[in-house]
Amino acid sequence: MENLIALLVAAPLLGAAVLLCGGRRLDAVGHWIGTALAAVSFVLGVVLFADMLGKSPENRTLMQHLFSWIPVEGFQANVGFQLDQLSMTFVLLITGVGSLIHLYSIGYMEHDERRRRFFGYLNLFLAAMLLLVVADNYLLLYVGWEGVGLASYLLIGFWQHKPSAATAAKKAFLVNRVGDMGLSIAIMLMFTTFGTFAFGPVFQATGALTSGADAPGSEGKLTAIGLMLLLAACGKSAQVPLQSWLGDAMEGPTPVSALIHAATMVTAGVYLIVRSGDIFNAAPDAQLAVTVVGAVTLLFGAIVGCAKDDIKKALAGSTMSQIGYMVLAAGLGPIGYAFAIMHLVTHGFFKAGLFLGAGSVMHGMNDEVDMRKYGGLRKYMPITFVTFGLGYLAIIGFPGLSGFFSKDKIIEAAFAKGGAEGWILGGAALLGAAITAFYMTRVMLMTFFGEERWRHAPTPSPAEPSVEPAAETRGAHAEPHPHESPKVMTIPMIVLAVGSVFAGAFFGIGERFVKWLEPVTGFEHGHPPVSALTVTLSTVAVMVVGVGFAYAQYGRRPVPVVAPRGSLLTRAARRDLLQDDFNHVVLVRGGEHLTRSLVYVDHTLVDGVVNGTAATMGGLSGRLRRLQNGFARSYAVSMFGGAAVLIAATLLMRAV
Amino acid sequence: MNPVNYLYLAALLFTIGATGVLIRRNAIVVFMCVELMLNACNLAFVAFSRMHGNLDGQIIAFFTMVVAAAEVVVGLAIIVSVFRARHSASVDDASLMKL
Amino acid sequence: MTAQLAAYTTSTGEAFQFWVLGTIAVIGALCTVFMKKAVHSALCLAGTMIVLAVFYLANGAYFLGIVQIVVYTGAIMMLFLFVVMLVGVTAADSLKETIKGQRWLALLCGLGFGILLTAGIGNASLKEFNGLGQANANGNVQGLAALIFTKYVFAFELTGALLITAAVGAMVLTHRERTERAKTQRELAEQRVREGKHVPPLPAPGVYARHNAVDIAGLLPDGTPSELTVSKTLRDRGQIRDVSTEALNDLKALEQRAEDRLERSNSGGSNSGEASK
Repeated sequence: MENLIALLVAAPLLGAAVLLCGGRRLDAVGHWIGTALAAVSFVLGVVLFADMLGKSPENRTLMQHLFSWIPVEGFQANVGFQLDQLSMTFVLLITGVGSLIHLYSIGYMEHDERRRRFFGYLNLFLAAMLLLVVADNYLLLYVGWEGVGLASYLLIGFWQHKPSAATAAKKAFLVNRVGDMGLSIAIMLMFTTFGTFAFGPVFQATGALTSGADAPGSEGKLTAIGLMLLLAACGKSAQVPLQSWLGDAMEGPTPVSALIHAATMVTAGVYLIVRSGDIFNAAPDAQLAVTVVGAVTLLFGAIVGCAKDDIKKALAGSTMSQIGYMVLAAGLGPIGYAFAIMHLVTHGFFKAGLFLGAGSVMHGMNDEVDMRKYGGLRKYMPITFVTFGLGYLAIIGFPGLSGFFSKDKIIEAAFAKGGAEGWILGGAALLGAAITAFYMTRVMLMTFFGEERWRHAPTPSPAEPSVEPAAETRGAHAEPHPHESPKVMTIPMIVLAVGSVFAGAFFGIGERFVKWLEPVTGFEHGHPPVSALTVTLSTVAVMVVGVGFAYAQYGRRPVPVVAPRGSLLTRAARRDLLQDDFNHVVLVRGGEHLTRSLVYVDHTLVDGVVNGTAATMGGLSGRLRRLQNGFARSYAVSMFGGAAVLIAATLLMRAV
Repeated sequence: MNPVNYLYLAALLFTIGATGVLIRRNAIVVFMCVELMLNACNLAFVAFSRMHGNLDGQIIAFFTMVVAAAEVVVGLAIIVSVFRARHSASVDDASLMKL
Repeated sequence: MTAQLAAYTTSTGEAFQFWVLGTIAVIGALCTVFMKKAVHSALCLAGTMIVLAVFYLANGAYFLGIVQIVVYTGAIMMLFLFVVMLVGVTAADSLKETIKGQRWLALLCGLGFGILLTAGIGNASLKEFNGLGQANANGNVQGLAALIFTKYVFAFELTGALLITAAVGAMVLTHRERTERAKTQRELAEQRVREGKHVPPLPAPGVYARHNAVDIAGLLPDGTPSELTVSKTLRDRGQIRDVSTEALNDLKALEQRAEDRLERSNSGGSNSGEASK
């Protein structure tokens, strides 16, 4: 059984190798190879899952030592896999949703001549993400972490001929690099503190530390490690302050967005925090920082999502916000870990469904992304409408659908944190739920209801940066003819919609999911200051309020095709709440000033010293050169004078 | 008369010879001045030999003469070949060592 | 001159000899340095060396004195004279200094050096004065020989090797190997015909009725000298005299003289004119 874990990772890796090295010969079948290998990985995951279910909950962890990677005295880096319930959940999510997205991409990328390469990158993405979640030590996790960064870079910048895509890819890569720095520092700290970075020994040491036993390290060090891990998670999961790449990452093809937002990449940060739960449990300060980051991000993303007219960017804001929920839950400790992962899984379903739905809409609308130029599309693409609608109901937490179960639990856990913190965090989560309902309703209304604004504005405005180039080949300047997408695209959407509807109830009722994860993450029942029912009812209530506001603004009044100027907050939110401006002013300008002053110092001081030395030597030697006039007699004079001086010195020494 | 006077004479002749080496350009004359310096040294050796009452100084002077003879032979040969090549016996003409 | 006397001071005769000959030696040395012609320098140097030989004899170095005259003055100085002849006996050096400051530096160094030597000798404790009576008891040459072949035998052999090396070196430096066979007269004639240049003999040199005129280029009809008329050896040495302008110069001088004469009357006239004013 253990050997299947390696195969699980190897299958998509093989796919990537074959597709990227195979050349044009594979153009015709490349997408099928990629999809098949992703599916193989999923099947292997299911087999392992079935095997795992057959064991008792305590003995479900599978360990596999593959080979010794860097065997040095005092530094043992192994390539080994650890498959427990947590990893299993991720494996199923990644391979399952990943396979569906592969399937969808066959249709979506049909007209792209580089489709084979695209599937190679997708497989690479899956392989890296799987390696990340099944690694049994932080160093191997780091390999997967970097692999995910690389694959996301390649995929976001897949349409590299668009300068905006190339820039977005570069931006994602750079921002991720800041987070990667945090992870590498955390690993180094772990090594210096515990002498190892394998999960087992590290968690054992932290456990010993919390229980007061004599163990290396201190709470201060654990806090430092925790904060560094949080930095890493912020980079990958697009949390404040490293969130700026996520919106621009929409430059990639829509399946990539779905993959990044639902199954891979952004979930890696949540995985890292939950996986390192033992470290965070022992470092309450770091844990608090995690919750703060989560709460801030969930509001931040929600506000940004409200203002965007680009359907994908609105969904991106939503992702940021939902990941914020997960991070918030992960920061709450054992009362939240399981809910974070549960929300992650349900979010994986409905967000993938929403993105695929958005992609389907764009597919039918000549790659138009501006929601102000949609409207009334429910008649033209009914399947997309239904699946998107189910995803929508799930994400706003409509009672009975999956988002309701997972999000409600997180809000409950946030209140259960206790004290003022609990009230603040819970309030933020509740407010986030209201805003979520507002912006998702807005997306829904602007896209599928109202008048058909695309008839009046057939040509996409040239100023719109997100016009995808494939549109050129499909006759972009004709009036769009909204149509339903082919089956290869709608089937994944239907599957995901089913997941969006039932996953929450399946996991939530009877605490099935919590029990499943409990051996890994631990679990405590939170005790909110008010009853759970009250929390649930207020969640539903704010959701209704959010929907109501949105309906009042976008459902009852016609949506203007040209965006109104809006309030100050709206304009700020349209600019991603000034995150890029902040980065520009603080980091770019600061860096420029720093480099400029360094250049100044270099030019004046360093170059001055160097050039001055050179000039002094040059001048001196120029003068000394005159002594070397080539005349033997001149040299003889100096010899004679030197002899005289020597004799004088000798005589003087004698005399003295 | 004190025989030390021979030493003063030798010093004077040596200095004259050295100055001649420095100010004359004709290589042959320069060589002659070198010979003058050697002879001045020989005189000093001979005087010392007499002062110390042994013949070692004379032996040194003898060897100096032999070496001077060898030096003159080679030096003049060099002058002749340089003159053949450059049509000049001036030591200043051979100032190719400067930059 | 007894050994006892020689032990502390020298005889009046030697003192007289020292002052007279010493003056001559210094003058000879100065002349060596300051004579314009190399041959004069060589002769002055020879004189100084002979004086030094006399001093050697006076100091009891009989063997060295003779060697100085025979080897140094006789052989080495003659070698110098040969080279001077080879290089050009008539060439007079300019004593004008070309390197800036060289003369003054040289004089300064010389003066300083001399003062230092004098001071050194004056300071040295040279009270001991043994004389060579004992050392020369069995004869100077025998004494030297005993030392050379016992104590200094190794240095002596080395100087022998050095002399041999020097002799070989001089030969190597001055000898020029012919790298190809000299062309016969017949071959040269054939070459001339083949090249078609100067098939007849080369033109004769010019004539200048003062002395041997081989070094004077013949004049072409237009009055310019033709280098072809002078032997190649002289041409290479640069020993060609150009007299093409001499006749003109003579003519000019003649005219000048004539004019002078005429002018004298003219100027005399003018002078008288001025005087009359």
